Amino acid sequence: MRRSSFRLVAAAAAIALAVTGCSSSSDDAANEDTEFEIFTWWASGGEAAGLQGMVDVYKAQNPNTEFINAAVAGGAGVNAKAVLQSRLDANEPPDSFQAHAGMELDGYVRGGQLEDLTSLYASEGWDKVFPSDLIKAITVDGKIYSVPVNIHRANVLWWNPAAATKAGITKAPVTLDEFFADLEKFKKSGIPGLALAGKGDWAIAHLLDWMLLATMGADKFEGLYNGSTSWTGPEVAAGIKNFQKALSYGNKGAGNLDWPDAGKLVTDGKAGFFIMGDWASAQWQSDGLKLGTDYTYAAAPGTVGTYQWLSDSFTLPVGAPHRNAAIAWLKVCGSKEGQDAFNPKKGSISARTDSDLSLYDDYLKSAAADWKKDRLVGSTVHGATGNNALMAAYNAGVGKYFSGGFKDNAGLAKDLAAAYEAGKA
Amino acid sequence: MSKIVKNKRSLSARLGGLLFVLPSILVVMIFVYGLILWSVNVSLTNQNSGTKKAIEYVGLKNYTDLVADERFTHSLSNLVKFTVVFILGALVTGFIMSLLLEKGIKGEGFFRSFYLYPMAISFIAMGTVFNWLLNSARDEEAGGLNLALQKIGLGFLQNDWYVSERGSMYAMALPAIWQMSGYVLALFLAGFRGIPDDMREAARVDGASESQIYRHVLFPQLTPTLLTILIILGHISMKAFDLIIGINGKSYVTQVVAVYMWEATFDKRDYAKGTSIAIVLLIMIAVVVVPYLRYNNKQQAYR
Amino acid sequence: MSKDLVDLITAKPDARNKKRKLNGKERFWLIFRYISLTFIWFLVVMPIYVMVINSLKGVKNVYLTNAFKLPEKLDFSAWSVAWSGTDYFPQSISESMTRTLFFVIQASIISAIIGSINGYVFAKWKFKGSNLIFTFFLFGMFIPYQAIMIPLVRIATTLEINKSIYVLILAHIIYGIPICTLIFRNYYEAIPNELIEAARVDKASMVRTYRSIILPLSLPAFVVVLIWQFTSAWNDFLFAIFLTGGSPKLSVATTALNFITGSSNQVYYGVNMTASLIVSLPTLIVYIFLGRYFLRGLLSGSLKG
Repeated sequence: MRRSSFRLVAAAAAIALAVTGCSSSSDDAANEDTEFEIFTWWASGGEAAGLQGMVDVYKAQNPNTEFINAAVAGGAGVNAKAVLQSRLDANEPPDSFQAHAGMELDGYVRGGQLEDLTSLYASEGWDKVFPSDLIKAITVDGKIYSVPVNIHRANVLWWNPAAATKAGITKAPVTLDEFFADLEKFKKSGIPGLALAGKGDWAIAHLLDWMLLATMGADKFEGLYNGSTSWTGPEVAAGIKNFQKALSYGNKGAGNLDWPDAGKLVTDGKAGFFIMGDWASAQWQSDGLKLGTDYTYAAAPGTVGTYQWLSDSFTLPVGAPHRNAAIAWLKVCGSKEGQDAFNPKKGSISARTDSDLSLYDDYLKSAAADWKKDRLVGSTVHGATGNNALMAAYNAGVGKYFSGGFKDNAGLAKDLAAAYEAGKA
Repeated sequence: MSKIVKNKRSLSARLGGLLFVLPSILVVMIFVYGLILWSVNVSLTNQNSGTKKAIEYVGLKNYTDLVADERFTHSLSNLVKFTVVFILGALVTGFIMSLLLEKGIKGEGFFRSFYLYPMAISFIAMGTVFNWLLNSARDEEAGGLNLALQKIGLGFLQNDWYVSERGSMYAMALPAIWQMSGYVLALFLAGFRGIPDDMREAARVDGASESQIYRHVLFPQLTPTLLTILIILGHISMKAFDLIIGINGKSYVTQVVAVYMWEATFDKRDYAKGTSIAIVLLIMIAVVVVPYLRYNNKQQAYR
Repeated sequence: MSKDLVDLITAKPDARNKKRKLNGKERFWLIFRYISLTFIWFLVVMPIYVMVINSLKGVKNVYLTNAFKLPEKLDFSAWSVAWSGTDYFPQSISESMTRTLFFVIQASIISAIIGSINGYVFAKWKFKGSNLIFTFFLFGMFIPYQAIMIPLVRIATTLEINKSIYVLILAHIIYGIPICTLIFRNYYEAIPNELIEAARVDKASMVRTYRSIILPLSLPAFVVVLIWQFTSAWNDFLFAIFLTGGSPKLSVATTALNFITGSSNQVYYGVNMTASLIVSLPTLIVYIFLGRYFLRGLLSGSLKG
């Protein structure tokens, strides 16, 4: 019934347009082989450069296809998701779109908007070269709906060696106790122990995500997302308490800093530690800073031996106009050549375990080594374990707590529980 | 005389008028009112693009749910705070500016055009810069306005701007005031200068002091201007979106109704909820604007 | 309406008082006024000043912490990067700006023509209920566009007009109808009825009256509408991003700017500020050279004219 009323309006609109005398020029439907459109939020910086690298590989294999990158930027895809949504619902999908691998795809999968790619994993041999933990995490009811092109690590601790030496810190903290002791040392040396960035809420939520993992360990943490650990139980309460304590060492005026501003405080020696994903290293490298002298890193305390990952991936929407070209693209995305063209510029590692490490910088080399041996756990705020609805509510809950002066622990636990429920609805 | 001519007007001429605006009428009917109805229709269902649920009508459930939704009431109270500060702020600054310029001063054109130029720039372009200026770091760490305040010796005025939950929306109104007070100035200036000089002169002759002239002669004449300004600022304020997204993203602390609607629609993929928020917003705007339009319409009729 | 609002604003009242010699009190107030005006001037200019100095610091290492510092040496690299694009910033603003200019000018011209016809009818050829219809038009100025965006995108894709820049032309024409009609209507209201009546007595048709009497008088109103539509279409982001679906072939000034400023994992404030400035330049230029008309357009938004 809704459809027919819609058609009526559309027809009326068509008449109206004709009456106003405005012709609409519609391009003729492009030949399957001549055009191919992906939708990303990689519009600038290392992301765009990396994507170009992968596109070059694709073009070499598909010389007759014109490649179009429909990019809509805006803080971690804020606008992109909105525009993508409107296109999918108008049955105007791109041939392939970018999304974080894992639960972020949940809504699209449940809405029946994505094709199952499992057969591609077998035919391309990806089921052997991607770590089994990763395959497990992106499989929904036995089916896989996306191809991961990279891996970022979320639980990384960054600091400035000179500032640490000045504060009397000689080695990276391994446990949370050592971490808090070091925060105190930074504070005594006259700088805030922890750099925080509140703009858009997600970087604070990122901190909480790590802190929950560090406090309760990987098993319990995964339990949060399969229902075996309660959001209102003692584990989360303890995590929030640690989170609260960590926040109290934060820099002033964090509320409206974006993460690069907070990162700048660390590299300038004006703040101690920084918990941020490893894209921080890419930003600093491009600013001309040197790993080892201007900044250094370690696995975030309490989570050594655990690799909290997030991954960008590409999909095949149902009804993609250039399906063959899209499948060719997905093959490039999953290939060693494609991933090694993309990742060194993007500042992430390949999702494959057989990448050519000589192409990567020192940080990424060590990350790749950890990727092979560590326990893998997905990131909540970057779409691996949480879908869009969960993330939105999770970030808002954390934003509320943080802007309220981080006092209401019980309220935060309640909001997080509600966020988890929102994700299931 | 005009009455006589009116009667002479043939039916075809009058129909001709209608014929010429008919395309526009149809377009407005479809693309404004038709699409609003469409949204109303969606808001009465359970349509959620993230699930494959069959779409069915749920009556006013989405609206009643909003009342209990803490996130919605939060964004609504943010919007109210923002609106009050923005309207008062723009009104007061614009009014003061018009008082300063009203009598004419050398270089008036120069000041006036600079005061107005913020209206020419989009907030997509101004977002980053205002994010910087309203940075809440203080003292040595300060970077934005807080640093500027220190430099001119007003360091004690430094504050958190829009970051603290208490003060967030008040500070968020500053950029909006920056953009709109030049406009208010222009409207007031037009109001002042529409008052015949004779009225001032007469009051002066009667021995009224300058301040009495303003209070008793000039200000009452500005009431219609004031009404217009309130309507314009009011609806701009309620639609606030670009400005807030541009400066602070979707952060909880500065979330207003339009931003929450965005989140509901595109992150939660809950179209029913998104459209019901949009309709609430539309009703809020209509409550303010429609009486004004009716009043305006009546004025026209008497012309 | 006797006098145009803009004439009112630019009129210099109290000319008589100026000739008088100022007494002490008056001199104090004059100085006070200048100081206040200058202070406000600084506040108004500051954000642009910050943008300008930070656009001259190059691509990298531009951060909040040195926002107010003047550049150590002038570095225009951010300008060339933002303008023509690089590997890292594949969106070249120059290309998008040309495209924007193309569509914005067309949209403005068509809007003005439609607005002129509508305004003429609503002002001079009123029919039964025309005032009411006009009021319904006006309400269209106030709606939040997010509320109608999703159905609009569906219509655009169903009609397959979303693959070309004309979709934006159409959107701005359609949603520009209320304001354009208003501006013209108010302008035509001020034309004395006697002129029209004379033509009517001569049995001139509605169209001929329009062509021979109204149109020649309309130039100022056309300029106002053109400028108004130009600036609002230029600055529009919502229609642009939804209706073009992110296609780089259709990127316009604001969406290109969003590409540059909105990258998720890396932020280059230098380029960010520069691109913002470049995108603001056309509207600023229009404003500087045609400020009077711009002002008139703004004031038309106040429903009275």
